[in-house]
Amino acid sequence: MQKKVFVQGLILATVLIVPLLLNYMGHPFYLDLATRLCILAIAAVGLNLILGYGGMISFGHAAYLGLGAYAVGIPAHHWLYGGMDVIATTNGFVQFGLALLVSGIFALLTGLICLKVKGVYFIMITMAFAQMVYYLFISIAEYGGDDGLVIDTRSEFPLVNFDDATQLFTICAVSLFFVMWLVWRISKSQFGMVLAGIKGNEQRMIAMGYNTFAYKLAAYVISGMICGFSGALLGNFTTFISPEMIDWARSGELMFMVILGGVATTFGPLLGAITFIILEEVLSTITIYWHLPFGLLLIGVVMFVKGGLSALIPKAEDKE
Amino acid sequence: MDYTLFVIQLLNGLQLGILLFLVASGLTLVFGILDFVNLAHGSVYMLGAFICASLTFALGNFVYALLISLPIVAVIGYGFERLIARPLYERDHLDHVLGTFGAILVIDTLAHMIWGPAGIAIPLPAALDGQTQLAPGIVVPTFRLAIITAGLIAAAGLYWLVNHTRTGMLIRAGASNRTMVTALGVDIQALFSFVFAIGAALAGLAGMLIAPITEASLGMGNNIIITAFVVIIVGGIGSMKGAFLAALLIGLIDTLGRAFLDDIFKLFMSSSAAENSAPAISSMSIYLIMALILFFRPQGLFPPKLR
Repeated sequence: MQKKVFVQGLILATVLIVPLLLNYMGHPFYLDLATRLCILAIAAVGLNLILGYGGMISFGHAAYLGLGAYAVGIPAHHWLYGGMDVIATTNGFVQFGLALLVSGIFALLTGLICLKVKGVYFIMITMAFAQMVYYLFISIAEYGGDDGLVIDTRSEFPLVNFDDATQLFTICAVSLFFVMWLVWRISKSQFGMVLAGIKGNEQRMIAMGYNTFAYKLAAYVISGMICGFSGALLGNFTTFISPEMIDWARSGELMFMVILGGVATTFGPLLGAITFIILEEVLSTITIYWHLPFGLLLIGVVMFVKGGLSALIPKAEDKE
Repeated sequence: MDYTLFVIQLLNGLQLGILLFLVASGLTLVFGILDFVNLAHGSVYMLGAFICASLTFALGNFVYALLISLPIVAVIGYGFERLIARPLYERDHLDHVLGTFGAILVIDTLAHMIWGPAGIAIPLPAALDGQTQLAPGIVVPTFRLAIITAGLIAAAGLYWLVNHTRTGMLIRAGASNRTMVTALGVDIQALFSFVFAIGAALAGLAGMLIAPITEASLGMGNNIIITAFVVIIVGGIGSMKGAFLAALLIGLIDTLGRAFLDDIFKLFMSSSAAENSAPAISSMSIYLIMALILFFRPQGLFPPKLR
């Protein structure tokens, strides 16, 4: 137990301190990389809530990243160029609130439909809805269509400045820790127990009198909002959004992180995101065709590794 | 609304629907019989287009190239089944999805390495390149009629194969009870490989047919696969009849929506509002239809009776 807490503390401290240290020593590149890591890890943690703890395999979570990012970009766009006065602002609270609201509503509406079905249907429908968002943003010429939208002004908050790379990174890292804590709390709560019960045997939970649909829907909405939040951070980080961010390959990468790291674990998504970022960085410097070894690795992991990285590192986490 | 334009768009919608059916039939065949989710099915569609493009330039004739490409794509499907799909049959759907997602990355990158990042246009022979007069005042491209004809022949062939041959009987038997078919002494693995090869040939054919119009390009497979998913979800997964009708429905809705939705919107809203909202709505139309149908019939329009 002591050893496990030590390892976990070490991972978190590394994620927070090493990039800051490297930045201080004159390598801002690693700070950028770590910011992206934290943002993707937040999305992976959000996806893990339904994929890992709830057993709902969503192949469309990149849509929430896109919605979150556009929720930052569109108000900033109108603030600069006029129109849509209701939402035209650079106020971070409004933008992030909008990101949470929009992704929550989208999750609620699509959840009402896709949670009626199971298995393959669920996978395909979540994909289809994400593709719908993708084509929606491609078709709206005002927000750049498939060329994407430049975010001229980052979200403005009192006390913190998102234009400062160090501060943005710190916010992302702290958000990541908070979201990991939040999902851990949820998984240990009564709500989380019911969710785990549904994953194990939904019929039995129904027989025990639980409204399993409502539990699944609630988890689905929370998960979508976490990814929407991550998308709002991503928009602030890249200062550019395009429908490409919603492409289903991105959803696949998120799933890859969760599965590689180990589903239904607190640290799994973070480990998966770290591995993904390192792989992407190393492979793409070797060859522009880095998707080839990456794809082979993905096939290899699916065929030969059971339980993800968390299973490879024993005692790093108690399996549920 | 212009009558000629309407007929042409109707034919375009029909053509899209038939191509969608060629892709979706392979998906639904493989899923119905093998309970296997194949995301990489769209990559075979893309490979069909690229291989046919290369052969067209090598042989100088699109039709010959198409006829030679078909068995090549079928062999690729066969190899894919042996290498990727077979080890994953016993796993859950999540592993199918991730494994075939990995396969997409590999196949797409290989295609990128072989054919380069730019699309390849395929020249048509003169006989197919012209226009055909259907009725006075209604002139349509000959090749679009050829696509519809070829697609319908393939669909009829598939129907005959599944419903009126011994192999088809075994395929249907394998779909309803795999264990029993094995117990009766049928080599079910060989049957599965055959089904995969057929599915790949159909998807490849769709890619070859569309390539002279849109050119062969890297992203084409990943775009059509989701639409094919929508088709089999709407039609009922595993149902061939459902896939056919849903493919025509989706093809027509998508094409006609893009062509005429702004005219329809102008009937009850201002012209500028219609021009702004119509592209957004029509790009989402097939997904909205899917959502609507699923809300009332989660099992799809024509769910298969067995399973």
